[in-house]
Amino acid sequence: MSGDEKVVVIPCSGIGKALGKVSRIAAYKVIEEKPKTARTLCLALLTVGDEEAGKLISSTPCIAIDGCPNQCSAKNILASKGKLLAEVMVTDVLRNNRGLKPQGVIELNEDGLRLADLVAKEVVDRINGVVK
Amino acid sequence: MALPTTEVGIISCSGEEIPEGTIALVATRLVLEKLRPDRTVTICLPLFLAGDRNERDFAKVFPTITVDGCDKRCAQVATSNLSGRPAYSIVVSDIAKKYPTIKLKSLDNLTEDEMKIARAVAEEIAAKVDATLKRRSAKTG
Repeated sequence: MSGDEKVVVIPCSGIGKALGKVSRIAAYKVIEEKPKTARTLCLALLTVGDEEAGKLISSTPCIAIDGCPNQCSAKNILASKGKLLAEVMVTDVLRNNRGLKPQGVIELNEDGLRLADLVAKEVVDRINGVVK
Repeated sequence: MALPTTEVGIISCSGEEIPEGTIALVATRLVLEKLRPDRTVTICLPLFLAGDRNERDFAKVFPTITVDGCDKRCAQVATSNLSGRPAYSIVVSDIAKKYPTIKLKSLDNLTEDEMKIARAVAEEIAAKVDATLKRRSAKTG
């Protein structure tokens, strides 16, 4: 990572549910697709109030990817006074793609990976909307 | 409220930025799903800040083991500060030092070598689960 990225993409931790894992995989896909524009950050650093992480998210637009209505990523960003540019809810993307049945936390099934692709696309669209 | 004697909470850091964080997460799930499925529960760490009182009481209700990817120990610190003191704390990078020939590089899709470390971390967590339950059982008689 160069440190010059223009957007920080922060997924929820994704330990409890397949949709959390989808958010994490989607974030990795975004960074793979836009390595010069996007980076991620350990969400737990915000939970503990890490100073360096706080500086980064208060000076760089953030996109939260949340797996469930608890909205851990968006809420931790806001609690840390971060610049929340957008929040993408995995559940919203799933609602528009009802045929998908994502499963697995250690390893996502095919539907989970497909859903991660769709979530990543939505995040990339948001990034393209603000970063020229 | 009586404390449960049969379940232990395992709290993993999120660790999105580093391979050790992904190993912490995978090792935690291995314990939850395969090694001690009837003896363990978990909670997403960021819920300590994003959630309500019920979530913050997690470490008061369950004896907990924290699993961190690096020596920043976010899971241990957040659990101690926002919920309750963990019974044990495990750091992946400490265990990984026992495998000096394995270079950690994957954020997703762990290699077979990286899975070897994840399984070692999972075994360590499972041992601490057993120790925690034994200690609690001795206390409650």
